[in-house]
Amino acid sequence: MSILLDSSTKVIVQGITGREGGFHTEQMQVLGTKVVGGTSPGKGGTSHLGVPVFNTMADAVEATGANASGIFVPAPFAADAIMEAAAAGITLIVCITEGIPIQDMIRVKDFLRGYPGARLIGANCPGLITPGQAKIGIIPQRITAPGFVGMVSRSGTLTYEVGSALSAAGMGQSTIVGIGGDPVLGMTFSDVVELFEKDPATTHLVLIGEIGGSDEERAAELLARGSRLKAVAFISGRTAPEGKRMGHAGAIISGNRGTAKSKEEAFRKAGVAVAETTDEIVGLLR
Amino acid sequence: MKLLEYQAKEVLASLGIAIPPGMIARSADEAGAAFSKFGPVAVKAQVPVGGRGKAGGIKLAKTADEARRAAEQIIGMDIKGFKVPLVYCEAALDIDREIYLGFTVDRDARANILMLSAKGGMDIEQVAEESPDAIARLYPNPWRGPLDFELAQLVYDADLGDLARPLMVLMKKLYRAIPDSDALTAEINPLVVTKSGDVIAGDAKLEIDDNAAWRHKELEQRYGSVLEGDPYEAEAKKRGLTYVSLDGDIGIVGNGAGLCMSTLDLVQRAGGRAANFCDIGGGAKAEVVENALAVILMNPKVKGVLINVFGGITRGDEVAKGIVTARDNLKMKLPLVVRMSGTREEEGREILRQNGIEPGASAWEAAKKIVEFVSSPLVGRSGPKGRGGAG
Repeated sequence: MSILLDSSTKVIVQGITGREGGFHTEQMQVLGTKVVGGTSPGKGGTSHLGVPVFNTMADAVEATGANASGIFVPAPFAADAIMEAAAAGITLIVCITEGIPIQDMIRVKDFLRGYPGARLIGANCPGLITPGQAKIGIIPQRITAPGFVGMVSRSGTLTYEVGSALSAAGMGQSTIVGIGGDPVLGMTFSDVVELFEKDPATTHLVLIGEIGGSDEERAAELLARGSRLKAVAFISGRTAPEGKRMGHAGAIISGNRGTAKSKEEAFRKAGVAVAETTDEIVGLLR
Repeated sequence: MKLLEYQAKEVLASLGIAIPPGMIARSADEAGAAFSKFGPVAVKAQVPVGGRGKAGGIKLAKTADEARRAAEQIIGMDIKGFKVPLVYCEAALDIDREIYLGFTVDRDARANILMLSAKGGMDIEQVAEESPDAIARLYPNPWRGPLDFELAQLVYDADLGDLARPLMVLMKKLYRAIPDSDALTAEINPLVVTKSGDVIAGDAKLEIDDNAAWRHKELEQRYGSVLEGDPYEAEAKKRGLTYVSLDGDIGIVGNGAGLCMSTLDLVQRAGGRAANFCDIGGGAKAEVVENALAVILMNPKVKGVLINVFGGITRGDEVAKGIVTARDNLKMKLPLVVRMSGTREEEGREILRQNGIEPGASAWEAAKKIVEFVSSPLVGRSGPKGRGGAG
């Protein structure tokens, strides 16, 4: 079992003919991901990497019955690609693209309210992987192993590092979800934790957060209400310099939330073990 | 990009918002000229950071001499790490009331928020803490912007009903900074109501989303070059790298923001202080590592470097070869500790060892090692002799 993604998920790659899109599609196929097609405006009717290419997402979904997409298009076009996927009926949208303007993402979030069945992961994220079954995004398969640990993270390379350590210690993963580091993004820690909570195959949980925002605090509040998962959290950035702030608007809305200290305290209060370094995570999870 | 006050006010003026008459001055003479033009002026340091008033960066001048002296004192002053390049001399206002008005991104709500309060001025954060109800809030629809009735509700919620018309018009104008300029923050604090009843922007803060720079080239061209900023950060930007200057003596190269931040945490935990860090992004390609190392070494405060990379797509042996080549090309003599993980990490470590670079067994071990090297009295700018810059 897993969350969000398994070997039966039908995936369209948006931007499949691009360099990044093509490279990662191949990696996804190596793992066995059911990539059923791709989009690239103007190249509809051709085929690439053994799958059909469509001009639009509506065409792609109609022809393939896809229910998930991975987005590798450049930042100026990525917000539109997300909305196009949702409008075409895709229910799992994974946006890898980095550098999307925040106002674009705010409009995307509002647009997605009209598509309650659509879940967005990212943007600016490594995507997700269900080891041994499928992946959408760029998480290297070799750092993973099938198992029982659910992982949710805001960081890419840190996820790979912790994934490697867990796999080496014989602690495989049910699903690893990289939710991304942007200030305005799709699924939150809490959204993902809720899914792990309902997944019988997941018994352990690793949360990798960082300073800024209060998604970690909210996840901690959720876990504090009762959880069957044995959880460990790690927060990076406890010594990062405070942003040279201007204006008061940010401080008015965030107050004291968002610091590493606030996040760690919230997790401890929820009965979640807090790792001081990534090296400690495996030991605390045992 | 954070605009300076006078730049932000130029943008506000272009949106039709009233600002006090003013001019920039780069010298005492220019400040004197501003006085002759406007009479009594506020001489204000132009830095992209809050708290300049408390730091002595704002002075009222009632005579030409006072204006000259104020400019002399303020220009070149250091405010929270920023050297003041120029002052803005602005006609003093006849203040009756001060209001707070600001748009910003509420990242937890994934939305823009508009805030309005009758309690404007410096202590707005205290207001937020002690009486949050004194700040009225609105989340405008990001596609169509705030509607009249929503703004009216906001004005009455803020107990500013007597100013409903001018405030509603003003808020609609300020909102344009969001769709038109990709503003992340657009704040007027204080928004001054003068004794004659005019509503004027007393101060202005405007931050433009760097991710959207490609659709606002005119702003970058007009305002991007005024502030000198950190020369290393500028160089890193040219090379397409994310670089942050800090005040310690250990240089850090990592790939990915999370990994960089956790490396900083480890160095501090080991008793060291980072001089800077450079995030080379998700990969670990040889030329990118060399670029990053070159920028890190420009800072003369750096006494040793810690490289912490996860080889994602790039294999460990390739990463190691890249690091060795970079060190040799840059003729680097400082202590260097490398911690790498990923595919073929053992082969990578062997390559490092063969080239006199001792790899760290874990990120924590590597952090302790570089701190030890840098704290050692034997380590100077030229590094320990005969060690080949080994870590």
